[in-house]
Amino acid sequence: MSPSILYNVFIRDFRKQRKRMLLTLVAILWGTMSIMLLLAFGEGLKVQFMKGTTGLGQGIVIMWGGQTSMPYKGFGKGRRIHLYEHDLEYLKKNIPAIREIAGEYIRWSVAIKYKDKVLTERINGVYPPYRFMRNMEPQSGGRMVNNIDIDKKRRVAFLGDGAKERLFGQEEAVGKTIYIQSLPFKVVGVMQHKVQMNSYQGQDEDVIIIPATTFVTIFGDPYLDNIIYTPVSLDDTKAVEKEVMRFMAAKHKFNPEDDDALSFWDVIESNRVTGTILLGIEIFLGVIGALTLLIAGVGVANIMYVSIKERTREIGVKMAMGARKIYIVVQFLLEALSITFLGGFFGMAFTYIMTETFKRIPIESSVFDLMGKPTVSMEIGLLVILILGFTGLLSGFFPALRAASVNPVDALRYE
Amino acid sequence: MIRMSRIKKVYDTGKVSFEALRGIDLDVKENEYIAIVGPSGSGKSTLMNLMGCLDTPSDGEYLLEGKRVNTLTSNQLADIRNGMIGFVFQAFNLLPYASSYENVELPLLFSGMRGKLRKNRVIEVLNKVGLGDKLANKPTELSGGEMQRVAIARALANDPKLILADEPTGNLDTRSGMEIINIFDELWQSGHTVIVITHDVNIAGRCQRIIKLKDGMIHNGNGDPEK
Repeated sequence: MSPSILYNVFIRDFRKQRKRMLLTLVAILWGTMSIMLLLAFGEGLKVQFMKGTTGLGQGIVIMWGGQTSMPYKGFGKGRRIHLYEHDLEYLKKNIPAIREIAGEYIRWSVAIKYKDKVLTERINGVYPPYRFMRNMEPQSGGRMVNNIDIDKKRRVAFLGDGAKERLFGQEEAVGKTIYIQSLPFKVVGVMQHKVQMNSYQGQDEDVIIIPATTFVTIFGDPYLDNIIYTPVSLDDTKAVEKEVMRFMAAKHKFNPEDDDALSFWDVIESNRVTGTILLGIEIFLGVIGALTLLIAGVGVANIMYVSIKERTREIGVKMAMGARKIYIVVQFLLEALSITFLGGFFGMAFTYIMTETFKRIPIESSVFDLMGKPTVSMEIGLLVILILGFTGLLSGFFPALRAASVNPVDALRYE
Repeated sequence: MIRMSRIKKVYDTGKVSFEALRGIDLDVKENEYIAIVGPSGSGKSTLMNLMGCLDTPSDGEYLLEGKRVNTLTSNQLADIRNGMIGFVFQAFNLLPYASSYENVELPLLFSGMRGKLRKNRVIEVLNKVGLGDKLANKPTELSGGEMQRVAIARALANDPKLILADEPTGNLDTRSGMEIINIFDELWQSGHTVIVITHDVNIAGRCQRIIKLKDGMIHNGNGDPEK
C-alpha cells in the first residue's frame, strides 16, 4: 500500500472527527500524566531517600561496645566491653576484608563560646577518614580535620552547618576562634548541608568536630565510643562482622557467640533494605499509574468500537470504491495509535511542565526536603512510551479487526 | 463482458436459509444498456451485488472480462471494484463529512493516483456532471440531484467499463431524475456498459434491453423496451 494513500485517507478522516478524538485524547493525556507524575515523585522520593541514607555514611558498619551476657573463661557475665585505639590497628592488621577503619569519641553537652554567645553542643573527636565514611564535605574555603592536626594535636574545629548557624549566624566562621571548655579552637571548615535520614548520635549538622588526639588530651577519655569500618566488598558484610567478632572476642576475652558483647549497625544492609522498600513503593506507584493509563486505553478501544458502528456505512462505501481490507484495518489502527501517542505526548509535556514548576517552588520545609525533586527520568519516559504503544495497539487492534470483517453488502444496507 | 451461469445465492442466517437467486444465466456484452426490473424481493439487488463483486455467489460460475470471480481473493475483488466498476446507489452513499472533491477523490486514492494527476481527474469528472463550481460543498449543502451527480462523478473517477446503478432516481424528484437519466444515456453513448436497477419506466424505456426478475429467476431476459 502506498504511504500517500494512507496519508490522504487517514489524515482526512481523522480531522473530521475532531470532538471525539479530542475527548479520547484527554483521557490518554490524563492517564499518561498520572503514571508519569506518580513515577516522577516516586523517583524523587527514592533519590532523596538514597541521599538521606548515605547522609549517615556510605558503605560503613558502625560498632560499639556492650556488656557480656555469657560467662567465659572464668569471667562472669555482665562485664563491660570497651573499644580502644589499639583495637583499630589490631583489626586492620588481622582482617584483610576491612578497607578502612576509624575510631570516634563523643562528648555531649559541651560548652562552646564565640564572642558573648554560649551554647552547649556535641563534640566528636575523629580521624581524617571519618570525612569520607560519613560524607562530611567541607564547604569551599574550609577543610576537614587532617593528619597534621592529628599528629600535632592541634586545636582546630570543623563545624556542622547547623552548629555554625547557631554560633555565627550569617557571619563567616572559618579562621575565627571559638572556645571549647574555655580552650581556644580555630575554625578550619564548615560542613556542606546534607540530608540525613538516620543517625545514632543526632544530626551531623549539629556536631563540632575536633581531632581525636586533641579530644583525648582535653577530655581524657580512655576508650572509643564507636569504631566505624568500611568492608572491601559490600556484598558479604555479615562475614566481615563475624571476623571482627572473632578477633575482638579473642582479644577482649569474651564468647564470640555473645551478641551482647559488641553491637553492630550494618548501614550497608539497612540501606539495601531501604532501597528494596523504595523500589517496592515505586513499583506500586507505577502499577497504579499504569492501571489508570490502561483504563484510558479501554476508553480508546470503546470509542473506536462505537466509531466503527457509526461508520459501518462509511466502511461499506470505501470497500465498494475498492478499498482493500488492509486500508480499513490500518486506518483504525492508526487512529487508535495516533490518539494514544498524541495524548501521551501532551501528557508528557504537561508532566514535564508540572515537575519543573514544582522544583522551582521556593519553599523550605522538611516535607519538601523529604519529597525531594520529582524527576522524569529517561527510564520512566521509555517505560511510559512502551505502555502507551501497547495500549494503543491493543485498543486499536480489536476494533480494526472488527472493521475489516464488515461485509460491504451489509455495510451499505446499514442504517 | 459478463457471463453468469447457474448462479445461486443463498443467505444462511443459521436458523433459516433464504434462496435469493435460484439459478441465473445471463450474458452481458460490452456497451449494453440494461435495465433490471422486478418486484421487491425478486433478487435485483443481490444480482447487482454479485455483478459488482461486492459479494460472491453460493453456486454457479461468474466470469467478468474472462476472470472467474468465484476464485478471486478479497484484495483482487477490491481492485476490480476500484478499477472496473462504478457504483451508483439510491441513497447516494457519499461520505457526509467530506466535500464533493474529497468524495470523488476516494476511488483515486485507493488506486494510488498521484497528486496533480489526481486533482485534474477529480475536477474533470465533476465538470462532466456539471458540478465544477461545487467542489468544496459538503453533501448537506447540495440538492438530491446534485448529490447523485457527485456520486456518479465518483463512480466515473477511475473510468470503469461497467456502471452499476441501484435505483439511482428512487430518492429524487422527476426533474432531477431526468437529469440523472440523461447522464446515464451519455455514458452509454460514450462506450460504457450501464446496468440500472429501476422501477422507473422512464429509465427502463431508454434501455436497449430489460431483464425481468421474479423470485430469484430471470423471467424475461431479453425484454424489448418498446413493449
